Amino acid sequence: MDMSENWKEDVAESEEFDFPPDPADDFEWVPATKEVAGNMPDLPLETWQSPSTSRREFLRGVVCSGVAVSAASYLWAGNSSEARAAVRGVERLVTLNINGKNRRVDVAPNETLAHTLRYKLGLTGTKIGCNRAECGACTVLADNTTIYSCSTLTHQSRGKKITSVEGVAAPDGTLHPIQQAFIDELGPQCGFCTPGQVVAAVGLLKKNPKPTEDEARRALSGNLCRCGAYDHYLKGVMRASGRA
Amino acid sequence: MTDVMHSFDLFAPASIEEAAKLLDKHGKEAWIVAGGKDSFDWFKDRVKRPSAVIDITGLKQLHGVSDKGNYISIGALSTLSEIEDSSLLKKNFPLLVEAAGRVASPQIRNSGTLGGNVAQDTRCSYYRDGFPCYRAGGNTCYANTPTAMNREHALFEASRCVAVTPSDTGPALVALEADMVIARDGKTRTVSAEKFFIGPATDITRMTVLEKGDILTEVRVPKKWAGAKQYFEKVADRETWDFALVNVAMVAKVSGGKVSDVRMACGGVQCTPRRLSNVESLMKGEKVGAEMETLAKRVAARGAKALNYNHFKIPLMGNLAARAVRSLA
Ligand SMILES: Cc1cc2nc3c(=O)[nH]c(=O)nc-3n(C[C@H](O)[C@H](O)[C@H](O)COP(=O)(O)OP(=O)(O)OC[C@H]3O[C@@H](n4cnc5c(N)ncnc54)[C@H](O)[C@@H]3O)c2cc1C
Ligand code: SF4
Ligand code: FES
Ligand code: FES
Repeated sequence: MDMSENWKEDVAESEEFDFPPDPADDFEWVPATKEVAGNMPDLPLETWQSPSTSRREFLRGVVCSGVAVSAASYLWAGNSSEARAAVRGVERLVTLNINGKNRRVDVAPNETLAHTLRYKLGLTGTKIGCNRAECGACTVLADNTTIYSCSTLTHQSRGKKITSVEGVAAPDGTLHPIQQAFIDELGPQCGFCTPGQVVAAVGLLKKNPKPTEDEARRALSGNLCRCGAYDHYLKGVMRASGRA
Repeated sequence: MTDVMHSFDLFAPASIEEAAKLLDKHGKEAWIVAGGKDSFDWFKDRVKRPSAVIDITGLKQLHGVSDKGNYISIGALSTLSEIEDSSLLKKNFPLLVEAAGRVASPQIRNSGTLGGNVAQDTRCSYYRDGFPCYRAGGNTCYANTPTAMNREHALFEASRCVAVTPSDTGPALVALEADMVIARDGKTRTVSAEKFFIGPATDITRMTVLEKGDILTEVRVPKKWAGAKQYFEKVADRETWDFALVNVAMVAKVSGGKVSDVRMACGGVQCTPRRLSNVESLMKGEKVGAEMETLAKRVAARGAKALNYNHFKIPLMGNLAARAVRSLA
């Protein structure tokens, strides 16, 4: 089939076809650079980018066009997505609520949330350390509770409000008190575990704005730090508590 | 090293009837997933590769903790964190709250379910790594050889397989005389927690009575032990993420300094949570105190058959039993 601008009309006219509702109709195209920026102000990309298109930029481009194609190929899949999920397996084109925005993504049944965030949405702040629920680098919030995104199917996150580390700062770019406190307390060493530590600490303060040191230690106990900067992170949480 | 999961069809039924239909249709290829904290490791390691994965988290009637008069009902899909935070359970069964709170890590407790915790498979590292052992349908046990690493394995009731139950909530539910409600083909049946867990002599390929097609819907904890003295303790190599080397769960009624009734169970020492019936019988009717502690310590692990590297579990069991007794003083 020729995918011209008006291919829908072409099909409708030529085959007198009654179209099923189009799940891609409300699909919003967002330019790739905006996607990574999330809630942060636009970064001056030129300052660090190589003269040719960066690899990340390239990957994002390919992934996005993949989304558009599969949106078309799932057009024919019937009506109620709930009934479909029960009988024919889950719909691949899903809406996820990530950092306060609805995002339409093509998601494979066996895909983890960490994978979707990093490789489909360009939200690479979420790290994958162990990929088996044993380190915490991939911690995100689902409806304000911490989960390991490496060990959660993306399809299981539908209908939940997901917050990744990109979403914890204020819309104007002001850092979350936890982020500021981690900087002030020289929290990170290598920094690989930091996004997970930030999200775990933010999750704690949402539930318990004034934790005791023991409560904070327990809340961060699911986040491994290979550099052993635990006490710095703990001090950061205590510094930020009550101000979140 | 882990891989992405094998490819499978994912189903998200919204009712038990739909789930039952799917389980029936896909038979041996069907695999129930709740929190997935046990399942996804199997899939990523490519050791288990079911082609139809059924995500049951959409079954609303399987969520939540509620008071039903004679018993407290805990939906199989309640997360371990929900159990930890439940004021109803804190008031009645602190033992279970404590046990759930000692599982894995906060993030795992936030998505891991009670149903998944009791239905999880053993953590024998040979088996988990895909060795074709007895439990995997083969004809040898890799953990029970002179050179094998078996410090985490069983002291009791070995029958070809020497793997242990990994669950922290299991011993607590056995001590509390909980009942497990299982749905199949539109009917439900109830099995006591003690009978729910099965050893290798009964079926070497399963850890529980659950067969393909069964859905655990609910755990009922009778009020019998509400308000009684309760004790839970777990010893593991590290505080977070780690499975119990040995854990102990006890409920006891004490009046006038004497134990009138008691149940005690240990995890990590055999394939099912082990009732310490000899400790129980020496405690009943006796005065709480140092002598009872000494006796409990002496008999707790009686009959243990240690492997090459797990002798340490014998004094560990004794000490945990003694500490449980001490908590009554
Ligand atoms: C790093 C790590 C550390 C851990 N540490 C501990 C620990 O210290 N103590 C401990 O007890 N556990 C521990 N676990 C295990 C984990 O806590 C439990 O496996 C978890 O509670 C499982 O719940 P789930 O819902 O995620 O299980 P799932 O993976 O969804 O399910 C586990 C199994 O149960 C079956 N199942 C689940 N729900 C039902 C149901 N309603 N009906 C029928 N079958 C069902 C599934 O088919 C599957 O076979 C650990 C796991 C990891 C990954
Ligand atoms: S202990 Fe059981 S699970 Fe482990 S290798 Fe032996 S037979 Fe397999
Ligand atoms: S990457 Fe998810 S816990 Fe390690
Ligand atoms: S700062 Fe390096 S792992 Fe935590």
